[in-house]
Amino acid sequence: MMKNNPLPNIYDQAKSERRQTRTSSIFERELVMSALGRSLVMLDPRAMVKNPVMFVTEAGAVLTTLIAVLNATTGALHQNYTVAVMVILWLTVMFSNFAEALAEARGKAQTDSLKRTRQNTVARRVKDGKEESVSSDELREGDRVIVLTGETIPGDGEVVEGAAMVDESAITGESAPVVREAGGDRSGVVGGTRVLSDHIVVRISVSAGNSFLDKMIALVEGAIRQKTPNELALTVTLAGLTLAFLLVTGTLWPIGKYFGITLPVPTLVALLVCLIPTTIGALLSAIGIAGMDRALSANVLAKSGKAVELAGDIDTLLLDKTGTITIGNRQATDYFPLPGISRERLATVAMKASFGDQTPEGKSIIILAEKMLGIRGAEDGAGTVVQFSAQTRMSGIDFPDGQSLRKGAPDTLINYCKHLGGNVSEQMQGLVDDVARKGMTPIAVADGKELLGVIALSDILKPGISLRFARLRAMGLRVVMVTGDNPLTAAAIAAQAGVDDYIAEARPEDKLAYIRKEQQGGRLLAMMGDGTNDAPALAQADIGVAMNSGTQAAKEAGNMVDLDSDPTKLIEIIEIGKQLLMTRGALTTFSIANDVAKYFAIIPAMFVLAIPGLAVLNIMHLATPESAILSSLIFNAIIIPLLIPIAIKGVKYRPMGADATLRKNLIIYGFGGVVVPFAGIKLIDMLIALTGLV
Amino acid sequence: MLLLFLLVLIVPVLLSWPLGYAMARVIEPGRGSGFGRLTSGVFSKVGGLAAVEEQEWQRYLFSMIMFNVVMFVFVTIILALQQWLPLNPDAKGPLEASLIFNIAASFVTNTNLQHYSGEVSMSYFSQLFGLMWLQFVSAATGLSALAALARALGGKKTVGNFYSDLMRTTCFVLLPLALLVALLLLAGGVPMTLDGAVIAHTLENATQTIVRGPVAALEAIKQLGTNGGGWFGPNSAHPFENPSFFTNMVACISIVLIPMAAVWMFGRITGRMRDAVVIFSVMMALLVLKCGAVIWLEGAPAPALAGLPVEVVSNLEGKELRFGYGAGALWAAMTTATSNGSVNCMHDSLNPLTALVPLAGMWMNVVFGGVGVGLINMFIFIIVGVFICGMMVGRTPEYFGRKVETREMTLALLALLVHPALILGGTALFAATPAGAGTVLNSGAHGFTEILYEFTSAAANNGSGFEGLGDNTVSWNIATGMVMLLARYIPIILPLAIAGSLSEKKPVPVTAGTLRTDTLLFGLIILGSVVFIGALLFLPVAVLGPVADHLTVNMH
Repeated sequence: MMKNNPLPNIYDQAKSERRQTRTSSIFERELVMSALGRSLVMLDPRAMVKNPVMFVTEAGAVLTTLIAVLNATTGALHQNYTVAVMVILWLTVMFSNFAEALAEARGKAQTDSLKRTRQNTVARRVKDGKEESVSSDELREGDRVIVLTGETIPGDGEVVEGAAMVDESAITGESAPVVREAGGDRSGVVGGTRVLSDHIVVRISVSAGNSFLDKMIALVEGAIRQKTPNELALTVTLAGLTLAFLLVTGTLWPIGKYFGITLPVPTLVALLVCLIPTTIGALLSAIGIAGMDRALSANVLAKSGKAVELAGDIDTLLLDKTGTITIGNRQATDYFPLPGISRERLATVAMKASFGDQTPEGKSIIILAEKMLGIRGAEDGAGTVVQFSAQTRMSGIDFPDGQSLRKGAPDTLINYCKHLGGNVSEQMQGLVDDVARKGMTPIAVADGKELLGVIALSDILKPGISLRFARLRAMGLRVVMVTGDNPLTAAAIAAQAGVDDYIAEARPEDKLAYIRKEQQGGRLLAMMGDGTNDAPALAQADIGVAMNSGTQAAKEAGNMVDLDSDPTKLIEIIEIGKQLLMTRGALTTFSIANDVAKYFAIIPAMFVLAIPGLAVLNIMHLATPESAILSSLIFNAIIIPLLIPIAIKGVKYRPMGADATLRKNLIIYGFGGVVVPFAGIKLIDMLIALTGLV
Repeated sequence: MLLLFLLVLIVPVLLSWPLGYAMARVIEPGRGSGFGRLTSGVFSKVGGLAAVEEQEWQRYLFSMIMFNVVMFVFVTIILALQQWLPLNPDAKGPLEASLIFNIAASFVTNTNLQHYSGEVSMSYFSQLFGLMWLQFVSAATGLSALAALARALGGKKTVGNFYSDLMRTTCFVLLPLALLVALLLLAGGVPMTLDGAVIAHTLENATQTIVRGPVAALEAIKQLGTNGGGWFGPNSAHPFENPSFFTNMVACISIVLIPMAAVWMFGRITGRMRDAVVIFSVMMALLVLKCGAVIWLEGAPAPALAGLPVEVVSNLEGKELRFGYGAGALWAAMTTATSNGSVNCMHDSLNPLTALVPLAGMWMNVVFGGVGVGLINMFIFIIVGVFICGMMVGRTPEYFGRKVETREMTLALLALLVHPALILGGTALFAATPAGAGTVLNSGAHGFTEILYEFTSAAANNGSGFEGLGDNTVSWNIATGMVMLLARYIPIILPLAIAGSLSEKKPVPVTAGTLRTDTLLFGLIILGSVVFIGALLFLPVAVLGPVADHLTVNMH
């Protein structure tokens, strides 16, 4: 039945390519070339008008070009200077387009490798009981397809029949195959992954071209990109500042008339472009796209840019205990017998009761008992295993001689023994509480109708997790642990891990209620979930991240999908959101702070002929008025490509409190923004003086 | 000199604290207050439900604008008919139409730019029931607007009742304070009479007409309400308005007292005293800086006298010698920090670089600023600072627990643009045309400063004149009249709209990740935002005006 398939190479290749784009330098040759091409196309004013700052710059460039052409025909003075201003203005616009195109190209490189996993495959569609072969891109929502061993799943959907091992490494990078089966919370499959064993019937849940991946690709490539709320507010602010500087420079012309001078239009345009926040205006789109890119690098598909931005505002994190705060499963660590019962008896009964239990917890009970009793490879004999079920909430074994052993939740077992007419020791509840208070989960053990004592299952915290929570708290985030444990155990683990709150014995509706309560208080919440019954909570949460392994319902409800199904990803997503906003704020501050030096360069240069005393203000001792203006304009232009790495990678981010972060960024980008251009403009001026151009 | 400096700066700070408390209690009496119930009872009897019921910000603004329109029309009528109205012992004649418009606009907007000389043109009736009346209610309008802003920022859906606020501030804040100050001025020798001018026969056997009137009453509210419009043309340089060092001191303190107390009132109404302390400190730092700068710069001799035998250590040109250069310069700083606009020396005669200080004060217009409106202006700078710097902490920026988003920023930027648009636009228009260039008494940079100052003063609703300008022309009257009206109401309407929009949002709880607005660091951000935005918008004209003037004059 196993078909040998030479395909895996494609997946490995795709994966390593994606890794490469994450680590590669920002200005990779291929990306740069494609970005350069696109930045020319983007000069279209209809596209530019969405970015008011750069639109004004382009208008200035057009105006200066007209004047240069006019001057060429009349043979006016200062033609070199006018042409130089014109060239730099066009370069400024190009740099801006280039930054955006480069961020797009990088995102595209990442999506391309994801896209490769979903090349067209032939799908076996079941229609009216008959199987037919269709191309995967003809599949529509609701279609049922059969996928056999070795075949690629043709689209996103849900397993409705059968179970199979699926290799999802192409998407997640995780090499171990996972089980996907009909019913339950592990029914979701993703197009492009491969069935390794058995066959399944999949109900396609999204029509071709509408999958999360398709949406993400469209978002990154700009086809459906919309400005996020904060991006819009910043655009308005930048437009307002642009208008203000238009006013400042526009009024200088008539004021010049009062002093008897006619200011040349190229000079006024140069002053205007230097003053308006071109640096942030040019990089704003790139910053937004780069935020999406970073989410994608973290293997998170966001349904919108808005969701990524919102992640920075999250106040409360709901984290599942298992797998996030503690390592996988609990381990049996001790036996606590009731008075009058020997430890050995308790251990033996617990061991026997666990023979049919294949869960890691069950196995750990056997291992612990073997260690205590000094035996190896105990035989289960000829008992009948009683499986755990959600209804009975206990499991065990029945032997032919009538011995009936059970283990399970303490309250269940107490009731069970009482029901059988057994005597329940008063000390049992105390024992259970003692164990729970220590942060361990008590499992009661009974032999027939007699309670023997308690097995203690312990959680093992992930290394470094409490440190990580401390950092989150410094950033102002509350961490809430969600667990099925009883309140006493939950409280103890919560204290150990250092979370702020916990929801014990949590059912999905408890999560939902908790989220609603927090939101009433104005907090924003993020959570991760996988099951169908998580869907309402995922939809209610401000950031709902569905695991890729989860059900379709969960994925529909959330606003992000984590391809790795890694519960600690939430923390990373929040950091991406915060970094996005910080980068915007930092570059805006830098952009505005730059204006001080530009004023000192340009204002004396403009008026020094009419008012010779103004030469005193030329504190940078720039060579000539023309070179002063050109130097400022050149600095203004080249700072854009120089800052592309910061725009794309984001400002350095360390988790700390708001005040500390602000102080650090203000010093670097505010103070730095005032000082750097003085040095830069002076340097460029010296170079211009050397070339003797003007 | 140092004593004067300290007295004028520290006394009002000390007095402002209890006054701010009292103002908050008067305007926001609280449910249990007997005063509140009593006044509400009286107001509702007189004005019906409309005078007491809670209003949303839109209705509050509407009431405010309506009231101001009525006042504008009322005073226009008084001024136009003054020759036929009573209380005109010196038989003042009719006023020119564009001047009437200018005066009405000037006084209804709390500006008090005066293109006339009161003692020459105005009847007692016009001065008292036209102008002085507006000096009370325009100041009360500003305080009411601030109270409404504070309530909205405090999270209330309704922002109070304009008529109640107006009545309470006028009757229980401004009137008692004005009475007290008027008595002090009276004791200091300021005249108070309804009799007409006195004819005196001098020793040289010449006749001299000595104009007088109920000056002390007007003088008190002129200073307290950041109005600045004096009884006489020379304003507080006139010996009847400001006879002695004592009255000068009383006036100086009155200039900043209510603007300072308004910050504390804001803190009490919003329940955020720590924020108020930060805002107060920023304003105080700027005020000390301004006062220090003028005294230092005026300490240099006038450039025209430099090197001549008559040179003295400080610039005494245009100063009242009974006050000296220090009290004159200090007054210039304080009157332009607040939007008062009264003067006790000629600003035209200040050293060229000194003139930059009053100008900068009016450009920022937030160094305590006009009664109520100074803090409203500051609110715009705070919102812009919060937005840009707030992003740097990695969250959507928020102020008082509410997110600052596109709507707020659109309004804030518009509000920010009004001031420079009116100043730069007006200056450019008048500098390039005979309307302005033909009226200046000096050429070059100094003449330019005269035009720039006039528009700045009108747009800042300050009202002080640089002078050296033939400003009683139809074009100046209409242009500055329009500027004053636009510069008064747009910067009240837009901030209130922002606060209203913020109040509709769900408050976000404060965490360690929140940008705190009550810290020293945030104080520096506000300071930076005011200085930076001010500098970037006005640096070119500052260089072409006072700086070029200074450099040109000192080249010889």
